[in-house]
Formats: sequence, structure tokens, C-alpha cells
Amino acid sequence: MNKAVSRREFLKTSSGVALFIGVSGLLPQMISCKKNKEVEKILKKHQLTAWVKLAEDGQITIYNPAAEMGQGSMTSLPAIFAEEMDADWSMISVEFSPQESQIYGSDKWSPNNKVMLTAGSMITYGYYSIMRQAGAQARYILMHSAAEYWKVPMGELSTSKGEVINRRDNKRIGYGNLIPFLNMPDILPEFSESEFKDPKNYRFIGLDRPRIDIPEKVKGTAQFAIDIQLPEMLYGVLERGNVHGAKPTLNNESEILALEGVLKIVPFDYAIGIIAETLEEALAAKKLLNISWSEAPASGFNSQDCYKKYEKIASAKSAAKVITNEGDINSAFKSAAKTFSADFKNDYVYHAQMEPLNAVVQVATDGNSAEVWVGSQQGFDSKLGVPKYLGIPAEKVKINLQYLGGGFGRRSMTDFVLEGTGLAREVAPRPVKLFWTREDDVSYGAYRPLTLQRLQTSTDVHGKITGFSHCVVGDGGNLVASGIRIDYYDIPNKYAEWREVSEGIRLKHWRSVGHGPNKFAIECMIDEIAIYFKKDPAEFRRILLSNSPRGLATLEKAMAMSDWYSNIADNHAKGIAFLERSGTLSTGVCEISVNKKTGKINVHRFWSASDAGIVIQPDNVKAQMEGGILMGISSVLKEQLTIVKGQVQQSNFNDYEILRMSDIPDSVETAIIESREPPRGVGESGTPLAACAIANAFLKLTGKHLRHLPFTPERVLKALNT
Amino acid sequence: MAANSLNINNKTYNIDIKEGSTLLWVLREHLGLTGTKYGCGIALCGSCTVLVDGKPMRSCTLSLSGLKKDQKITTIEGLSENGDHPVQQAWVEAQAPQCGYCQSGQIMQAVALLAENPNPTREEIKMYMNGNLCRCGTYLRIVKAIEIAAEKTSVKT
Repeated sequence: MNKAVSRREFLKTSSGVALFIGVSGLLPQMISCKKNKEVEKILKKHQLTAWVKLAEDGQITIYNPAAEMGQGSMTSLPAIFAEEMDADWSMISVEFSPQESQIYGSDKWSPNNKVMLTAGSMITYGYYSIMRQAGAQARYILMHSAAEYWKVPMGELSTSKGEVINRRDNKRIGYGNLIPFLNMPDILPEFSESEFKDPKNYRFIGLDRPRIDIPEKVKGTAQFAIDIQLPEMLYGVLERGNVHGAKPTLNNESEILALEGVLKIVPFDYAIGIIAETLEEALAAKKLLNISWSEAPASGFNSQDCYKKYEKIASAKSAAKVITNEGDINSAFKSAAKTFSADFKNDYVYHAQMEPLNAVVQVATDGNSAEVWVGSQQGFDSKLGVPKYLGIPAEKVKINLQYLGGGFGRRSMTDFVLEGTGLAREVAPRPVKLFWTREDDVSYGAYRPLTLQRLQTSTDVHGKITGFSHCVVGDGGNLVASGIRIDYYDIPNKYAEWREVSEGIRLKHWRSVGHGPNKFAIECMIDEIAIYFKKDPAEFRRILLSNSPRGLATLEKAMAMSDWYSNIADNHAKGIAFLERSGTLSTGVCEISVNKKTGKINVHRFWSASDAGIVIQPDNVKAQMEGGILMGISSVLKEQLTIVKGQVQQSNFNDYEILRMSDIPDSVETAIIESREPPRGVGESGTPLAACAIANAFLKLTGKHLRHLPFTPERVLKALNT
Repeated sequence: MAANSLNINNKTYNIDIKEGSTLLWVLREHLGLTGTKYGCGIALCGSCTVLVDGKPMRSCTLSLSGLKKDQKITTIEGLSENGDHPVQQAWVEAQAPQCGYCQSGQIMQAVALLAENPNPTREEIKMYMNGNLCRCGTYLRIVKAIEIAAEKTSVKT
């Protein structure tokens, strides 16, 4: 479909031109990019979409609208754009786009609402069509300009690796050399699927390019928000107490204010903030704070005792939010030949991203504008909520996105950004670096919720599953309900529900969200049934996946990779799991052994096969699967955050241990199933495989069930001795 | 106030910083050498690893008063001019980093490992690197990178 647009004037300078290519009915325009202010002005006026900057030497800057937290957005999204633009990769550099969601947002989160948010492994999915369209339109403008310049029909032109070529006389002109002759077409087409590049000519999508961010990450020059240094910068820290939501009363304000370097004490509802000249002074003052804390909803909460309450909630006729209700679960149980029931439990887990939270914020003296330097997964709130917090218009806030030293869901909250803003407002116009210690990061974390899953299933005499009922009890809505659906399994009667509790503990998405706990329960139940009926767990899943050819392909691939039927050492066993996360289907297989004296589980090898649709950067997808699986193993074998009388019991890596190199498997092999379906998410697909595959291997090896995450040595020994 | 003279990356820095400050804060917040990272403050994650006379040390718990005048400190910034130290090259070849935050510390620890033991076994790598945490789960690629670097270095010598 062609869309007519008016011809517009555009500025040309020797420094280059930015192609501002409109999508969805917005006007295309080209303007000089020499003066950033001018660009900003025009952006504001026309709300155009700006994806690329072209310089006369041929250098191309592509804007990445997503956060880069290690998942590779800095390379994969520009690769999609470069593919359709037919650019020369050696000439490409990438910058974070301005954090303007009206321009750079994706509407894949919610229709008609553009949002910049790097979460849920949604970025490739969310920007695939946007980047393709914009890249194709950039190429179209370049071809149109060359046609006008050479005075030949556009149909005689093609492009190759950053050049427009006249097929008739083989004359070539580089994209950068076209800048003086750039000419906006009267009509800028919206390209349809058949008009995009033929995948057989792909030079970027599906082929590996070294990641753009890696050289600076090995040089130590990659800039994280914690590295920001500004003139006159001050340091801020907060004491947030031991119980989430408790309110502070400071008892020694004058003593603290008298300390060397301390400039200001800033009270928050839930914390006392200190601003000092140096980080050391801020940290020293924090230690000397004498604060009385109020009671809070979490006061008296004991995390390890609450499972009894959750069991009662699961048993009672409690109110529930029904998530799935297909067929007739009650009649399935009535006519069942055999039924199964088991409870699965999951302790709190903490994000433990390696860069503790921080933000640098500067508020203008008049309080009417602000600038923020932060590693954020962005979010639904306009400009991370800073305009609302300060009561100023969104255009008065500039967010400078930095690399994230890990996100995993924690950096999709804005609590730390607003804390930094609250401090900076008090000392405007001096900038403040808000700094969380690791202890702050652990104790005032926002955890993956503690949950109980009650699974009840029914089968016929042959072991065919006729009914599958899943009740999850926990705090946090979709945080606990995600991953509860099993649409891919051929089971006639399915029922799933969430029963709410509220504990006053801060909660947040944690890599793969509810999929970790829910898939753990589901996949363990599947193995329990298979083993009861003396069926091979992989073969059992093959039947369940008979209506999901894509799922089945991952199962077969993982079985082949792991040589599923091969004999292995007597004291080893393999376990399997299948699941969907972020639209990606994956099968995982692991091989474990157990030290029966210490209760330590060793994961020796791990295999995964995934169908993630079109894959932009195959090696990066593999890296995400590897990392996701290792983080999964870490959480399953080690990670446990506990709360006693409302107080978080862990504080740092001494008592909240995460996987170290000595405990990694000998190998993690990952395979990608080729697909032409739209790209889906992989960042979180590996993580939930770990719990179920390990527990299923343990069941095969020992005949015992592990139904409470994490599988600490004590729990393993207890299971072995039952 | 204590006046200190530190040799960092073959450059002499005269600094005037309060007693009790750690080398990490001096590097990062006072000298702007921010390639060395803060991760835990209790020497359990390795993000802050620097070399002191070639030995890997956790700068987060290294107080300035504990440093001797002539000791040579090397940070990630001083490892090479252009990021082309063999270990850094191997890191790129293995496409090891994800978020990248822990990688300066990982690289410094690996440099020390290969200086002590140019051809480490996989078990020796795991033992030597065990104090360096990576939350993204890049451990397997770090091992691979160290093996690449070891192989290249041993071919040269």
C-alpha cells in the first residue's frame, strides 16, 4: 500500500543527514543532524521516527530503542534495520536512541500505546517489523535519490552493501556520497512482506556478527550508570531498614549532619537518605544512623512458615482467579482410572544483578527540568516516572540510558530512579549519584514471589492424561500466574487458577517470572505420571505434543542431541522438560549425579533445543540460552531468600550464594530449530528448564521427588531419606 | 588526611584521601578509572579485581594503608593500549561478555592465571576463577576464552 506524503524541504550539511522515517502515517523527513537541538526541535514538532544517521564518509549510526543488558539488542535490532537498508556492516555504529516512547516505542506491549520497555524477552518480537519497515524505507529514499541524481528510472537500480547500483551501466554510488543529492520521494511506500528482502539474500539476519558492545566491555570502557562522573557531583545513600514498608524516625539527625562531608538528610516514607561530598562519607554516615522503625504489613512474617497457610488456602474453597478452564475438569476426575496430586513449593529468589542499583540525577535550580543517567529496562511510566515525581512536563526530563550491569527484571522498576531524583532535588543543581550497596540491593530487593503449586491430574487406565488442574497460591498476580498455561499439551480437560495472598514483601519479575515455579510443577507432574505407568518421559511427552509440531521438533532434537536412550554411568541420570516462554518452545535435557553423603547435586551436562521463530543472531541466541540455563541451575541448586519476623535474612554473596564456576556443567549444548515464523524471545527460555529437568533426573536416579525449590543439600538429603 | 603515591598502570598518582578508603573507591570515584567495578564490597564477587605486582587482588577490601609505596597496580585500563591484550582478544573471539559488568574482573583474574600457569587444565581454570561471579552465566565462554588465550600464547612461546 502506498501512502502519499507531501514533498518537504530538508537541510543538508557536510556533517551528514539523518533520515527521519515515519511509520504508521507519520511524515517522513530528512534534516541536518549537525545540530542536536535542531533535531530535537523537529522531533518534537513532527513526532517523526528517527532510526538512522548517515554521514558523508558513509558512516551509518543506527539507533537502538532497547536497553542493552547483555541480551544483545545493541547488535540484533540494528542488524534487522541494516538488512533491509542493505548497509555495509563495517560502516555501522550503534547508539541508544533518545528515550522518547512516542517516537521509539513499540505497540507490541499494548495496542495503540507506544512503550519503550526491555522486558519479557520481547524486544526482538516488538521491534522486528518496525526495524524492517524503517530500514526498507531508508533504502527506498537512497534509491530514489540516486535515480533523480542519475536521471534514470528507479526500477533500473538496485543496492548492494551500502551502495546504489545502476544495473544497466553498473555505475555505483556509496550511500554516504548520496548525501548532497538526497531527495525525498513524493510517495514513501509502506512495504509489505513480499517487498522485503528475500531471506535467501540475507547478509545479517540468521548470520553471526560479533556483538557491537563486546569490544568496549573487554576494554573496561563500556559505561554503566555507576561509572558516571559529573562536575560537582555528590553522593547519595539510603538506609531502608530491615522490614519492607516500615517507616523511619531518625533519632540522631544533628549528629549525622555534623559529620564531615554530610550535606543533607533527606527523609523518604520508607528510608532516610544522606547526601555527602564523597561516597566514603556517605557510606560512613549511613552506618551511624540511629533510626526507629514502625510496624509494617510484613512485620512478623516468616517466609518458611507460610506454606502451611498456603496449603490450607489451596484446600479451602477460596476465591480464585481462573486462568484456564477448558473441557470439564470435574467430570475428568470423576471418570478417572487414576489420579495424582502433589504440592510444589518455591522460596523467594533475589535478582543479584552484578551492578547494584544506582542512578545519577541532576535537577535544575528552578526545579523545572532534570537529567538522569541510568541503566534501566525502561517501562510504562513516562520517562521512568521522573516528570510525575517532580511535577514537571515529560519534555523537561532527559533520560540518558547507559549499559545495564544486569537487569533480570529488577531494573524494570523505577524505585531507585525516583530515589535519586528525590535526593538531587534537595541539592539542585548539583548532580547526585545514588548508590545502593550490595546489602541494600539484597535486603530491599523485589523478589520472585514465594508460591505453592497444587497440581491434581487424572488419567485413564492406559496413562493418558484426561485432566490437569493447577492451583497456584501466592502474592503478585501475573508474577505467580505466568507459565501456568499448557496449551501445547494435548489434554482434553484443563483448569488453572491463582489464589491471592498478601505478605507485604516487595515482589518483581525475575528472569522467566512465574514460568520458573509453574513449569517446575507441571513438568515434574508429567514425569510422575509417566514413571507410574512405566513410560519413558520423553516418549510420554511426544504423545502430549502430538498437536504441536513445533514443540515436537524441539523434543526430538533435544533427544537426539543428548542421545536420550544411551547408557550412562550408573550413578548418573538424565531428566527432560518441555516448555514455552515468551513464545519460544524449548526442550531441555540434563544429566546429573548426586552425592548421597552431602546431598549435593552435580549437573554434568545440559542440552536444549528451541524454536524461537526467526533468529537474528544465532550465536547470541545460544549465549542467551546458555546463560539462562546457568542462571536457572544457580537458582535451583543454591538460591534462597528467607524472611524471619519480616526481616530479610540474607545480605550479600556470603549468605545469598549464586552459581560459581566450580559448579558449572561440563557442557551446555544449545540448538535452534530453523523457522520462518516471527521472532520470539529467548532471554528467559533457558532459565525455567533447569528446575524441572534436574528434578526429573533426580526422580529417575533415586526414585525420590524434589518438590521444593531450591534443592539445597539439606532438602536433597531429606528426600533421599524418605 | 594521608598523602599517598600510587603507581597505577605505570603512572604515578599523588592522592590526598582519607585514611581507610579502599583502593576501589580511589580508583573509581577519585581517579575515574571506572573499568574496575563494585559488586559486593566483601571480596566475594571478584568484579573489583586488579593486579598488584601481578597478583590478583580484590580492590574493594584493599585499604590504601595496606599498600606499599612501590607496588605496581594494574587495572583493566592498563592492560593494553587498544584492548588487544591476548586475553582481551580471546574474550572477543569467544564472545564471552553479556552485560559485561563482571568482565573486567574476570579478565584481570584470567591474566593472572595465565601468567602463573600458561597451560591450565579445565579444572585449574575453574579453581582459579571460582572467586569471580557472573550472573549472566557466561562461565562456559570465559573458560573457552581462557583456553583460546592459553593456546595462542603457548604457540607464540
